[in-house]
Amino acid sequence: MIRTELAKLVRRPRTWVSLILLCGLPAIVAVFLGITEVAPAPGEGPTFLSAVLSNGSLYPAAALAMVLPLFLPVSVAVVGGDSIAGEAGSGMLRYLLLRPVGRTRLLVAKLVSLTAYVMLAVVAVAVTSYLIGMAMFGSEPASALAGSELITSVSGTGLSDVQVMLRITYTVLYIGFSMLGVGALALFISTFTDSPLAAALGALAALVTSQVLVTLDAAASVQPYLLTRYWLAWVDFFRDPILWHDIGRGLALQAVYVGVLLAAAWANFQTRDVTS
Amino acid sequence: MIVTRSLTKRYGRITAVNEVDLDVREGDRYGLLGPNGSGKTTLVRMILGLVYATAGEIEVLGRPIPKHTGEVLREVGALVEGPGAYGHLSGRANLVLLDAAGPGGGGPRAARRRRVEEALERVGLSGVDDRAVKTYSLGMRQRLGLAAALLHEPRLLVLDEPTNGLDPQGIREVRDLLEELNANGTTIFLCSHLLGEVEQLCTRVGVMDGGRLVLEEEMDELRTPTGRIVVETPDADEVVALLDGGVEHRDGDRLLVRGADAAELNARLNRQGLRISEIQVQRRSLEDVVLEATGPGSDRLDKERLERERVELEHTGVQVDGARVVEAGADADGWQGASREFLE
Repeated sequence: MIRTELAKLVRRPRTWVSLILLCGLPAIVAVFLGITEVAPAPGEGPTFLSAVLSNGSLYPAAALAMVLPLFLPVSVAVVGGDSIAGEAGSGMLRYLLLRPVGRTRLLVAKLVSLTAYVMLAVVAVAVTSYLIGMAMFGSEPASALAGSELITSVSGTGLSDVQVMLRITYTVLYIGFSMLGVGALALFISTFTDSPLAAALGALAALVTSQVLVTLDAAASVQPYLLTRYWLAWVDFFRDPILWHDIGRGLALQAVYVGVLLAAAWANFQTRDVTS
Repeated sequence: MIVTRSLTKRYGRITAVNEVDLDVREGDRYGLLGPNGSGKTTLVRMILGLVYATAGEIEVLGRPIPKHTGEVLREVGALVEGPGAYGHLSGRANLVLLDAAGPGGGGPRAARRRRVEEALERVGLSGVDDRAVKTYSLGMRQRLGLAAALLHEPRLLVLDEPTNGLDPQGIREVRDLLEELNANGTTIFLCSHLLGEVEQLCTRVGVMDGGRLVLEEEMDELRTPTGRIVVETPDADEVVALLDGGVEHRDGDRLLVRGADAAELNARLNRQGLRISEIQVQRRSLEDVVLEATGPGSDRLDKERLERERVELEHTGVQVDGARVVEAGADADGWQGASREFLE
């Protein structure tokens, strides 16, 4: 079942279109920056963008920062929302269950394929933006530390190429895991409705709510528990030394969200009448 | 093969299926009839473990549902409320995916391919190319759905409106296919609102109305003689004169004669030298039986009827339908139906 789910994911044109769009935004930004060489001033614009002009190897981090607030969660919510509701919508849910595929097995297969999509998306953005970054900006040493082989970290000290690669890998994993929270939310809503659109929009509505509350001082009391509260903590990977506090909290929070939402999705799907 | 006991399903205040005791036996070609909204589909979904019953028991292939749904469904092929498919893939790719998704879907590639090809061939789609299913006609989709139901040589076929969207030729092919499968030992449980389909194919009939199973009988027993004989004769005037009051109805050369023994009547007319072009015992049609056993479908919402039924329900409980069963078997209302058919 897992294999057929992955096959379905791969054969679905939507998967590739969404990946191309995801990788397209950083590519467009890179082209503009590379041609005009007008970088945002440090502290303005997307994170890291001011630093990449001199060294492209940091560009994956900047690219992930660009797609993280909207593009990435939207595409994950669409895929997650489609998981059960999409099958119901196409009339295949009943035939899969009649085949028979156990409900738990179907849900697990959907989760695996969703995870595969999330990781594929994050890795695709990182890899393509690395290649484009290298092509457009080259790998000159950062201007702040001219003469040194090091790249400036957020803390101002230098990072070696190996360190940068390692930290970008951490970032990819961290953001991937953060996206699983959105995916689990969409999957959960997806077990309630026969409309994939409703499931995706429901997850996005929750996401927007969370993002609004995160910036609202009056909501400080609930902020530590919001889905998106620690999404930006990945920037701490680029401090020297790495600041683990928020990252750890972020991972724990996402794990709780994923665990609870999946359990709820399972309980609902297991006991639900399939009338689609 | 399928047994239900006091099976009930309520959606909130609406009772979709009410105390149904169904009995489908091995080797049956069972036709479940009923107006739209009478609970047929909900019943089928409960039998297949898609919908959970509010009360009552279900046994399919001797094992309880939903406890052993997984085991049971391996030996069941089903088509429920229209076929389903991934529109962007070809019909063949759809079957391959569906085949691989469930148990028994493994095995060598050649065996898997053969299963799919055999199923396509059975339903007359063996020549289908790589077009996406979204370009298929309704009839092709229906055939594809049937192929999916036949993939794993089921012992029991549960088909909800299997000929929906097929042309007369296709309907005939499906009927032949089902008869052939049945002859090879597959039990067929078919759900339909098309009387003709059930009349031509089925050996046993159940009728649902308002969530209840109001009738369940062998087809042969349902189609009892009405106690009248239809005679077509060029000498109609003489026959009417001879039988003197025995003729209940006349329509040109067609006469409806009271009496049960067509052979005896034939001989009697022959002795008088009267010519007969056609003579046969009149039988109750399935249509009469079903119309007597059921009320109007739930897609018809007359204000007065709803009002009346509400009052009836309040006064007498839901026994109304139980009473109708008796009527259906008795001959009291036979004439009304018989004369209508006669005039047609």
